[in-house]
Amino acid sequence: MSAPSPAPVEVDEPDLDEVTDIDTPWIVLVWNDPINLMSYVTFVLQKLFGYSRDKATKLMLDVHHKGRAVVANGSREKCELDVFRLHEHGLWATMQHDR
Amino acid sequence: MLRRPIRRTRKGDFEVRISAEERRLLASLVPQLRAALEADDDPGGATDPSLRRLFPAAYPDDEVRDREYRSMVHDDLRARRQAALDTVEASVDATRLDEETLLAWMGAVNDLRLVLGTRLDVSEETELVADPADPDGPALAVYGYLGFLLESMVSALSE
Repeated sequence: MSAPSPAPVEVDEPDLDEVTDIDTPWIVLVWNDPINLMSYVTFVLQKLFGYSRDKATKLMLDVHHKGRAVVANGSREKCELDVFRLHEHGLWATMQHDR
Repeated sequence: MLRRPIRRTRKGDFEVRISAEERRLLASLVPQLRAALEADDDPGGATDPSLRRLFPAAYPDDEVRDREYRSMVHDDLRARRQAALDTVEASVDATRLDEETLLAWMGAVNDLRLVLGTRLDVSEETELVADPADPDGPALAVYGYLGFLLESMVSALSE
Protein backbone atom coordinates (compact mmCIF):
# COMPACT_ATOMS: atom_id res chain seq x y z
CA MET A 1 0.00 0.00 0.00
CA SER A 2 1.87 3.06 -1.13
CA ALA A 3 0.75 6.63 -0.78
CA PRO A 4 -0.53 8.39 -3.93
CA SER A 5 2.38 9.94 -5.75
CA PRO A 6 2.52 12.79 -8.23
CA ALA A 7 2.64 11.91 -11.91
CA PRO A 8 6.09 10.59 -12.69
CA VAL A 9 8.35 12.73 -14.77
CA GLU A 10 10.91 10.00 -15.21
CA VAL A 11 10.33 6.44 -16.22
CA ASP A 12 11.56 4.09 -13.49
CA GLU A 13 14.27 1.74 -14.58
CA PRO A 14 13.13 -1.82 -14.00
CA ASP A 15 14.66 -3.32 -10.89
CA LEU A 16 17.03 -5.96 -12.19
CA ASP A 17 16.55 -8.07 -9.12
CA GLU A 18 12.79 -8.13 -9.65
CA VAL A 19 13.30 -9.20 -13.27
CA THR A 20 15.51 -12.04 -12.07
CA ASP A 21 12.79 -13.02 -9.62
CA ILE A 22 10.31 -13.50 -12.41
CA ASP A 23 12.57 -15.21 -14.89
CA THR A 24 14.65 -17.48 -12.70
CA PRO A 25 13.07 -20.31 -10.79
CA TRP A 26 14.10 -20.89 -7.23
CA ILE A 27 15.47 -24.03 -5.63
CA VAL A 28 15.09 -25.34 -2.09
CA LEU A 29 18.18 -26.95 -0.54
CA VAL A 30 18.42 -29.21 2.49
CA TRP A 31 21.83 -29.21 4.19
CA ASN A 32 23.59 -31.94 6.10
CA ASP A 33 23.59 -31.53 9.85
CA PRO A 34 24.91 -33.76 12.63
CA ILE A 35 21.65 -33.91 14.60
CA ASN A 36 18.78 -34.99 12.37
CA LEU A 37 18.43 -38.74 11.95
CA MET A 38 18.70 -40.12 8.42
CA SER A 39 15.41 -41.98 8.83
CA TYR A 40 13.71 -38.80 10.06
CA VAL A 41 14.93 -36.73 7.09
CA THR A 42 13.67 -39.41 4.69
CA PHE A 43 10.30 -39.50 6.46
CA VAL A 44 9.89 -35.71 6.35
CA LEU A 45 10.73 -35.54 2.63
CA GLN A 46 8.10 -38.20 1.94
CA LYS A 47 5.51 -36.51 4.13
CA LEU A 48 5.99 -32.94 2.86
CA PHE A 49 6.55 -33.58 -0.83
CA GLY A 50 4.81 -36.89 -1.38
CA TYR A 51 8.04 -38.47 -2.64
CA SER A 52 8.36 -42.25 -2.83
CA ARG A 53 10.49 -43.95 -0.20
CA ASP A 54 13.17 -44.51 -2.89
CA LYS A 55 13.28 -40.90 -4.04
CA ALA A 56 13.27 -39.53 -0.48
CA THR A 57 16.05 -41.97 0.51
CA LYS A 58 18.15 -40.93 -2.49
CA LEU A 59 17.77 -37.24 -1.60
CA MET A 60 18.60 -37.95 2.05
CA LEU A 61 21.75 -39.84 1.00
CA ASP A 62 22.76 -36.91 -1.24
CA VAL A 63 22.36 -34.61 1.77
CA HIS A 64 24.41 -37.00 3.89
CA HIS A 65 27.24 -37.66 1.42
CA LYS A 66 27.38 -34.46 -0.64
CA GLY A 67 26.41 -32.06 2.13
CA ARG A 68 23.21 -30.84 0.49
CA ALA A 69 20.49 -31.70 -2.01
CA VAL A 70 17.91 -29.81 -4.03
CA VAL A 71 14.59 -31.10 -2.73
CA ALA A 72 12.13 -28.77 -4.50
CA ASN A 73 11.93 -25.88 -6.94
CA GLY A 74 9.49 -23.37 -8.37
CA SER A 75 8.37 -19.80 -7.78
CA ARG A 76 9.72 -17.79 -4.89
CA GLU A 77 6.39 -18.01 -3.05
CA LYS A 78 6.16 -21.78 -3.42
CA CYS A 79 9.77 -22.27 -2.33
CA GLU A 80 9.30 -20.01 0.68
CA LEU A 81 6.36 -22.16 1.78
CA ASP A 82 8.44 -25.33 1.25
CA VAL A 83 11.28 -23.86 3.31
CA PHE A 84 8.82 -22.89 6.04
CA ARG A 85 7.43 -26.44 6.21
CA LEU A 86 10.97 -27.89 6.31
CA HIS A 87 11.87 -25.46 9.11
CA GLU A 88 8.70 -26.44 10.93
CA HIS A 89 10.00 -30.02 10.83
CA GLY A 90 13.47 -29.01 12.00
CA LEU A 91 15.36 -29.55 8.76
CA TRP A 92 18.11 -27.16 7.79
CA ALA A 93 16.68 -25.73 4.55
CA THR A 94 17.53 -22.64 2.52
CA MET A 95 16.48 -21.28 -0.87
CA GLN A 96 18.23 -19.48 -3.69
CA HIS A 97 17.98 -18.63 -7.38
CA ASP A 98 18.63 -21.59 -9.64
CA ARG A 99 21.68 -20.37 -11.52
CA MET B 1 18.24 -51.98 22.92
CA LEU B 2 15.98 -54.52 21.32
CA ARG B 3 12.54 -53.48 22.42
CA ARG B 4 10.51 -51.17 20.23
CA PRO B 5 8.91 -48.45 22.34
CA ILE B 6 6.43 -47.29 19.69
CA ARG B 7 4.46 -49.72 17.57
CA ARG B 8 1.59 -49.41 15.13
CA THR B 9 -1.35 -51.53 16.19
CA ARG B 10 -3.67 -53.47 13.93
CA LYS B 11 -6.31 -50.80 14.56
CA GLY B 12 -3.99 -48.20 13.03
CA ASP B 13 -3.19 -46.26 16.18
CA PHE B 14 0.08 -46.53 18.09
CA GLU B 15 1.07 -48.34 21.24
CA VAL B 16 3.55 -46.54 23.52
CA ARG B 17 5.57 -48.94 25.65
CA ILE B 18 7.87 -46.73 27.67
CA SER B 19 8.47 -46.80 31.40
CA ALA B 20 7.11 -44.37 33.97
CA GLU B 21 10.65 -43.02 34.31
CA GLU B 22 10.87 -42.30 30.61
CA ARG B 23 7.51 -40.54 30.76
CA ARG B 24 8.75 -38.43 33.68
CA LEU B 25 11.83 -37.54 31.66
CA LEU B 26 9.69 -36.36 28.72
CA ALA B 27 7.36 -34.49 31.08
CA SER B 28 10.37 -32.70 32.59
CA LEU B 29 11.89 -31.72 29.21
CA VAL B 30 8.70 -30.20 27.78
CA PRO B 31 8.47 -27.20 30.17
CA GLN B 32 12.19 -26.51 29.69
CA LEU B 33 11.77 -26.13 25.95
CA ARG B 34 8.53 -24.19 26.42
CA ALA B 35 10.30 -21.70 28.71
CA ALA B 36 13.13 -21.28 26.18
CA LEU B 37 10.60 -20.68 23.39
CA GLU B 38 8.62 -18.20 25.47
CA ALA B 39 11.78 -16.22 26.17
CA ASP B 40 12.57 -16.08 22.46
CA ASP B 41 10.40 -13.29 21.07
CA ASP B 42 12.98 -11.90 18.65
CA PRO B 43 12.26 -12.80 15.02
CA GLY B 44 15.98 -12.21 14.43
CA GLY B 45 16.40 -15.47 16.27
CA ALA B 46 19.42 -14.32 18.24
CA THR B 47 17.98 -14.43 21.75
CA ASP B 48 19.06 -17.95 22.67
CA PRO B 49 21.78 -19.49 20.46
CA SER B 50 20.66 -23.03 21.30
CA LEU B 51 17.33 -22.30 19.54
CA ARG B 52 18.97 -21.35 16.26
CA ARG B 53 18.22 -24.72 14.67
CA LEU B 54 14.51 -24.18 15.34
CA PHE B 55 14.52 -20.89 13.43
CA PRO B 56 17.01 -21.25 10.58
CA ALA B 57 17.79 -18.73 7.86
CA ALA B 58 15.91 -19.16 4.58
CA TYR B 59 18.17 -16.74 2.68
CA PRO B 60 21.63 -17.06 4.27
CA ASP B 61 23.19 -14.72 1.66
CA ASP B 62 20.45 -12.09 1.57
CA GLU B 63 20.04 -10.26 4.83
CA VAL B 64 17.05 -8.16 3.74
CA ARG B 65 14.99 -11.08 2.44
CA ASP B 66 15.99 -13.23 5.38
CA ARG B 67 14.76 -10.59 7.83
CA GLU B 68 11.46 -10.44 5.92
CA TYR B 69 11.16 -14.22 6.00
CA ARG B 70 11.91 -14.41 9.72
CA SER B 71 9.48 -11.68 10.65
CA MET B 72 6.81 -13.46 8.60
CA VAL B 73 7.28 -16.99 10.01
CA HIS B 74 8.86 -16.69 13.45
CA ASP B 75 5.70 -16.46 15.52
CA ASP B 76 3.98 -19.18 13.49
CA LEU B 77 6.93 -21.56 13.84
CA ARG B 78 7.04 -20.86 17.56
CA ALA B 79 3.27 -21.35 18.02
CA ARG B 80 3.36 -24.70 16.17
CA ARG B 81 6.24 -25.89 18.36
CA GLN B 82 4.41 -24.79 21.49
CA ALA B 83 1.26 -26.58 20.35
CA ALA B 84 3.23 -29.83 19.91
CA LEU B 85 4.62 -29.45 23.44
CA ASP B 86 1.09 -28.93 24.77
CA THR B 87 -0.01 -32.14 23.02
CA VAL B 88 2.87 -34.14 24.51
CA GLU B 89 2.17 -32.76 27.96
CA ALA B 90 -1.52 -33.67 27.73
CA SER B 91 -0.84 -37.23 26.50
CA VAL B 92 2.45 -38.09 28.23
CA ASP B 93 0.88 -40.93 30.26
CA ALA B 94 -1.14 -42.40 27.37
CA THR B 95 -0.44 -45.96 26.25
CA ARG B 96 -2.20 -45.45 22.92
CA LEU B 97 -1.81 -42.47 20.59
CA ASP B 98 -3.58 -41.64 17.36
CA GLU B 99 -1.43 -40.69 14.37
CA GLU B 100 -1.92 -36.94 14.75
CA THR B 101 -0.82 -37.07 18.38
CA LEU B 102 2.20 -39.23 17.56
CA LEU B 103 3.21 -36.73 14.85
CA ALA B 104 3.12 -34.01 17.54
CA TRP B 105 5.31 -36.20 19.79
CA MET B 106 7.69 -36.74 16.90
CA GLY B 107 7.96 -32.99 16.26
CA ALA B 108 8.50 -32.19 19.93
CA VAL B 109 11.13 -34.92 20.38
CA ASN B 110 12.97 -33.73 17.28
CA ASP B 111 12.86 -30.13 18.55
CA LEU B 112 14.28 -31.29 21.89
CA ARG B 113 17.08 -33.12 20.08
CA LEU B 114 17.88 -30.05 17.97
CA VAL B 115 18.17 -27.83 21.04
CA LEU B 116 20.03 -30.37 23.17
CA GLY B 117 22.33 -31.35 20.29
CA THR B 118 23.12 -27.68 19.65
CA ARG B 119 23.85 -27.07 23.33
CA LEU B 120 26.11 -30.14 23.42
CA ASP B 121 27.67 -29.18 20.08
CA VAL B 122 27.34 -32.77 18.84
CA SER B 123 29.04 -33.91 15.66
CA GLU B 124 28.47 -37.03 13.58
CA GLU B 125 31.33 -38.59 15.56
CA THR B 126 29.92 -37.84 19.02
CA GLU B 127 29.90 -40.99 21.16
CA LEU B 128 26.54 -41.41 22.80
CA VAL B 129 27.75 -43.98 25.30
CA ALA B 130 27.74 -42.10 28.60
CA ASP B 131 31.17 -41.64 30.16
CA PRO B 132 30.70 -41.23 33.93
CA ALA B 133 33.60 -38.76 34.00
CA ASP B 134 32.06 -36.50 31.33
CA PRO B 135 30.09 -33.60 32.85
CA ASP B 136 27.90 -33.70 29.70
CA GLY B 137 27.31 -37.43 30.22
CA PRO B 138 23.75 -37.19 31.58
CA ALA B 139 22.71 -34.74 28.86
CA LEU B 140 24.28 -36.94 26.18
CA ALA B 141 22.40 -39.92 27.58
CA VAL B 142 19.12 -37.98 27.28
CA TYR B 143 20.07 -36.93 23.74
CA GLY B 144 20.79 -40.56 22.86
CA TYR B 145 17.52 -41.73 24.38
CA LEU B 146 15.54 -39.12 22.41
CA GLY B 147 17.20 -40.37 19.23
CA PHE B 148 16.23 -43.94 20.04
CA LEU B 149 12.62 -42.85 20.71
CA LEU B 150 12.48 -40.78 17.52
CA GLU B 151 13.86 -43.65 15.44
CA SER B 152 11.09 -45.86 16.78
CA MET B 153 8.41 -43.25 16.02
CA VAL B 154 9.61 -42.80 12.44
CA SER B 155 9.74 -46.55 11.98
CA ALA B 156 6.20 -47.03 13.36
CA LEU B 157 4.82 -44.17 11.24
CA SER B 158 6.50 -45.57 8.11
CA GLU B 159 5.01 -49.07 8.55
